Amino acid sequence: MFRVKPGNDGLKTMQLTGAEIVIRCLQEEKVDHVFGYPGGSVLFIYDELFKQDQIKHILVRHEQAAVHAADAYSRSSDKIGVCLVTSGPGVTNAVTGIATAYMDSIPLVVLSGQVPTHYIGQDAFQEADTVGITRPCVKHNFLVKDVKDLAVTIKKAFYLAKTGRPGPVLVDIPKDITAQKCEFHYPKSIAMRSYNPVVKGHTGQIKKAVQLLLEAKRPMIYTGGGVILSDAADKLIKLTRLLGFPITQTLMGLGAYPATDRQFLGMLGMHGTYEANMAMQDCDVLIAIGARFDDRVIGNPDHFGRNPRKIIHIDIDPSSISKRVKVDVPIVGNVPDVLDEILKQIEAANGKPDAKALATWWQQIEEWRGVHCLKYKMGEDVIMPQYVVEKLYEVTGGDAFITSDVGQHQMFAAQYYKFDKPRRWINSGGLGTMGFGLPAAMGVRFANPKAPVACITGEASIQMCIQELSTCKQFRLPVKIINLNNGYLGMVRQWQQMFHGNRYAESYVDALPDFVKLAEAYGHVGIKVEKPADVEPALKEAFVKHKNELVFLDFIINPEANVFPMVAAGKGLSEMILAEEL
Amino acid sequence: MRHIISILIENESGALSRVSGLFSARGYNIESLTVAPTEDPSLSRMTIVSIGSDDIIEQITKQLNKLIDIVKVVDLSEAAHIERELMLVKVRAAGKDREEMKRVADIFRGRIIDVTESSYVIELTGNTAKMGAFLDAIDSSLILETVRTGVCGIGRGDRILKV
Repeated sequence: MFRVKPGNDGLKTMQLTGAEIVIRCLQEEKVDHVFGYPGGSVLFIYDELFKQDQIKHILVRHEQAAVHAADAYSRSSDKIGVCLVTSGPGVTNAVTGIATAYMDSIPLVVLSGQVPTHYIGQDAFQEADTVGITRPCVKHNFLVKDVKDLAVTIKKAFYLAKTGRPGPVLVDIPKDITAQKCEFHYPKSIAMRSYNPVVKGHTGQIKKAVQLLLEAKRPMIYTGGGVILSDAADKLIKLTRLLGFPITQTLMGLGAYPATDRQFLGMLGMHGTYEANMAMQDCDVLIAIGARFDDRVIGNPDHFGRNPRKIIHIDIDPSSISKRVKVDVPIVGNVPDVLDEILKQIEAANGKPDAKALATWWQQIEEWRGVHCLKYKMGEDVIMPQYVVEKLYEVTGGDAFITSDVGQHQMFAAQYYKFDKPRRWINSGGLGTMGFGLPAAMGVRFANPKAPVACITGEASIQMCIQELSTCKQFRLPVKIINLNNGYLGMVRQWQQMFHGNRYAESYVDALPDFVKLAEAYGHVGIKVEKPADVEPALKEAFVKHKNELVFLDFIINPEANVFPMVAAGKGLSEMILAEEL
Repeated sequence: MRHIISILIENESGALSRVSGLFSARGYNIESLTVAPTEDPSLSRMTIVSIGSDDIIEQITKQLNKLIDIVKVVDLSEAAHIERELMLVKVRAAGKDREEMKRVADIFRGRIIDVTESSYVIELTGNTAKMGAFLDAIDSSLILETVRTGVCGIGRGDRILKV
């Protein structure tokens, strides 16, 4: 018989219920926070949560927020976010959150209740085909049909979530399973014959890559979220500095290389900088690291393919390689392991890049940089959104965790807040989920209890999960909400202005609430800011005077402000539209 | 190009829907799909016939490999292989057609496995082209019903797909 250790009172053999097993598994995984919402199918599990104090449960106000919070908890730390929802609507509410995590490859374990096994398929109350509904937006999912499989399934879920290309894993647990008993044994490790992620890159391929890098005349480093997810920022910095190459990052990759460094050309892509996009298009050797040549990143792949260049692509997921762009040197492996090997080979060969060619290349890049594509016109009467982000950067010393929702404000945040460290910029890049920002800020704060956290949002996005102001009050989360209020669905309006003849179909957000009063109604501080001169004082008031309170800063900004530069959908990277006055 | 993809997959409930879901979600095409357990009941063997460019087939095999339940994926059509399909055809077989139908079935090495006064059920195995050739060879107005298993395939000689 297997022995388990209940508390400190010695070894005892015992049978545990499924619900007890769930909690024990989470404790074994060193989970300290679970984001969730109770309901009929998970009552036994909540009963066990109640009886212990090792795991803290965070009660959200909507299951979508539970998943976003757990997701951001993962993104901003090295832990795996966990959420717990009930069957039926609990799960369907969680789907947006799960899909968000899936698109950005975020490790997450979602535990969902299910109706009792003998009710499955009978359209029982709060029944939904959870495994079927979530299948396309999880790395893997399980339905536990026998309490004896429960512990090993949860172990598998944690293992799958974190290894290989990470992602959300869901475990669906019928209610009767949580009441049945069996002996508890938590496996130390898991081996699955069908799942063996590659770690080391192919040495021969790495050799080819090193040779290409050292022979490059116009090299470019392009990195994505994979560098952050695999904690490879240190190695990336080492390699970039050693080579002296220019580097750009995707929206998901910001922070892996310090944005204040000279070698950093800014973000690339649809709203990337002029210098990053031009260098991306004109380089002769491109090394892509943990990035996937997304449509928002390289624009039209045919246009991108017009310029001849050699591409090295490092990714843990073979299916990301040669998916949208054919590459010359594919390297499948874990980014830090591959970077280690590249560094080793460069050092062993005592290799030096072509200094003369590099100097000429940098001269060209500086010329592009001279366009100052991010400059904007600042009036005295109306606040520009860019200015708010710049001031936020100054007031927080560039060291805050910044979450965002989706739209213009998200792009302004990415362009103007210079992230020097990984895991500080938390946003929904792949799925583009409005409503992500506020619950994400909660998750960040639980993972980093002392850190300043700001949520850059807009008046439309914030209303998609505004109910979480209540959760923030319950848990005293001093998040600073930076609401860039232009009264429009800004990005939608921008596209309508540029591509739909100024017909602003349904992009005007009428009947906005008084956000100051709303914040106060939830027991928080609200500040309305309407003049450029008041921006900095208001931010200081929020971060200094109200350090320990949630402050809702409602910035009334220029409603006509647009995000530039811009590569229109379907266009090539070098076909940028710069700000109107340029 | 037509490709025959062979898969070993954990014999678990929902495994088939993961594969078919992948094809529909990513817009890949399935000509036929067959699946049954192997000699090891914990594993199923699946054969998928798909048509696509080399790039698409490469993505299909990579995406299939990514599914957690899938143990192995092989593109059989990359090298020497055998493919077979089984078809059952119910035909009208009365009067002068009766003898002719038997004759054509014999030519195609088909077997008549059900007989009534006015009909035959003919069992035929072979590759997809042979099935088509048989249906072309008989009078189409006599065909009452057809059912095909879809292609299953195996590599020749030393090409073995096993865990």
